[in-house]
Amino acid sequence: MASVTLSAVSKIYHGGVEAVRGVSFEVPDGSFCVLVGPSGCGKSTLLRMIAGLETITGGTVRIGERVVNDIEPADRDIAMVFQNYALYPHMSVYDNMAYGLRNRGTPKAEIEARVAEAARILAIEPFLDRRPRQLSGGQRQRVAMGRAIVRKPQVFLFDEPLSNLDAKLRVQMRVEIKRLQRSLGVTSVYVTHDQVEAMTLSDVLVVMNAGQVEQIGRPIDLYRKPATRFVAGFLGSPAMNFLPGTVVDARTVSIGGGTLRVAPGTGTAGPGTTVEVGIRPEDLRIAAPGEGLRVAVEFIEELGATQLVHGRLGDAPLTIQVATGEAPSGDAFEIAASPEALHLFDPATTARL
Amino acid sequence: MEKRATFSNRYLPYALLAPQILVTLIFFYWPAAQAIRQSFMLEDAFGLSSDFVWFENYVALFKDPSYYQTLWTTFVFSGSVAFLSLSVALLLAVMADAEIRGATAYRTFLIWPYAVAPAVAGVLWIFMLDPSLGMVARGLKSLGLDWNPRLNGTHALTQVVLASAWKQISYNFLFFLAGLQAIPRSVIEAAAIDGARAWRRFWTITLPLLSPTTFFLLVVNIVYAFFDTFGTIDTMTQGGPAKATETLVYKVYSDGRLGGDLGGSAAQSVILMIIVIGLTAVQFRFVERRVTY
Repeated sequence: MASVTLSAVSKIYHGGVEAVRGVSFEVPDGSFCVLVGPSGCGKSTLLRMIAGLETITGGTVRIGERVVNDIEPADRDIAMVFQNYALYPHMSVYDNMAYGLRNRGTPKAEIEARVAEAARILAIEPFLDRRPRQLSGGQRQRVAMGRAIVRKPQVFLFDEPLSNLDAKLRVQMRVEIKRLQRSLGVTSVYVTHDQVEAMTLSDVLVVMNAGQVEQIGRPIDLYRKPATRFVAGFLGSPAMNFLPGTVVDARTVSIGGGTLRVAPGTGTAGPGTTVEVGIRPEDLRIAAPGEGLRVAVEFIEELGATQLVHGRLGDAPLTIQVATGEAPSGDAFEIAASPEALHLFDPATTARL
Repeated sequence: MEKRATFSNRYLPYALLAPQILVTLIFFYWPAAQAIRQSFMLEDAFGLSSDFVWFENYVALFKDPSYYQTLWTTFVFSGSVAFLSLSVALLLAVMADAEIRGATAYRTFLIWPYAVAPAVAGVLWIFMLDPSLGMVARGLKSLGLDWNPRLNGTHALTQVVLASAWKQISYNFLFFLAGLQAIPRSVIEAAAIDGARAWRRFWTITLPLLSPTTFFLLVVNIVYAFFDTFGTIDTMTQGGPAKATETLVYKVYSDGRLGGDLGGSAAQSVILMIIVIGLTAVQFRFVERRVTY
């Protein structure tokens, strides 16, 4: 096992496109790190640089104590699970898993033992003689996982491994990946654009945007205290509401004609400063008439356990999540939020105040 | 479910098929039937009359050691041409598949030789390999090799193999390149991470995944070497020296056209026809069904 350390890693393609700019972070030994961001944010490029499939333009990548910039993928002692599984189509499931061990000259008896164990863990024993094309998507996914775990590598790399699966299977495989990583204790770096996967899987969450890291930390910390407007909007479903506001004093902001209290300790700015106020849909509650901010209802989405009320506060769109049955019946109602639920951002720099 | 086109007039489909059937009848079945008939006939020395002799032409052919010699030459020639053109084309395709500068120009230039007529290809190689004219021949001589394809059968065969293989490389290259580009990049990357270095990746991943293409090309190349190299051989060596570069097709020509043995030549044609049918059957049976993964 080993940690993965990135120092000022950058990638500039021919023609000057900067895919990754000066990214630094450390994945502690045995932890599960998720890189999340919209497509084109450089997360896959970063993963491929750790794998050795892309050259590193600047900075260093360390696996354990070793700088691996100029080391071939074969010698980095890593395993990778690809989005399209990348199974060897001409080999049986058994041979797919044994291939990496054979390349390293592992004794035959040990190969058999390791493949058998991986097959047992992943419940793919009945398919060992089949070719990949005879398997379903979920089974292929398991074989790809099996191919990674038989090698007992220092680091697992996952490149959007669940995006080709249907929604139900995706949830199931997500849980299995987490369980597997816990039991094996192998350092893992996982790339996804799905914020639910990111939140649920990670010990360390790295949110990327436009080739740069927006914020790194425990997922719950990022959720509770997003450092930028981007992180605030990216994590959480339904997404956070952003409302234009003006600072009244250190404990009060005015929004759309009304005011909301800000918790002590929340960063704020001088009176009269324009700010963006972020409030999560689940943190908003319905207030008694005359006590909150007035919202015009547009429509209501039923999610079963909860309802999403879509409306407008002044000109700004707003979503409120309430328990089923609590949605107001009229075409307007008033809302309030506890002071702790308010996040203030600087509209110019998008940083948290 | 089977798809069926329906026509309002029942004779229309026949009318639509007629041109193709006519072409096939006139240019294939008729000559083929002529060849079969001819192969049972024996002409007199002056070509004034011919007798029906049953299988005598075939018997004579199979008793003739020179026929076996030609058969062997054809195998050596076809095997060498196929091996050389396939391996060089594969090497070039692997190079072209890598991300290189000017890849498009590189690929276009490699495709050009396919547009060169066989006879022209022959002349081109004569200019290089002719013992008195050729630059390469001069170079070989200066290295102490007594290069003389006009007298030395092995040299002559080498020469026609080179010219014939060169012409087929472009075709093979195109198919290999398409085959290589059909292999998902991530599979190769997975193998790299699985500890396989470039050479091992090639043998254990790329080559097996290319095998449908390779098999298809092998059949095509053998057919090419058997039947489409006449022009090249004719311009370069005329089958000589001492029949060292005489293939089955060339022998049909030299026995029939030059030797005047129409019956024997027709019998050889019939045997060639059987070989073509055999190769086509192999192609249909194994290639058209495509080995898929």
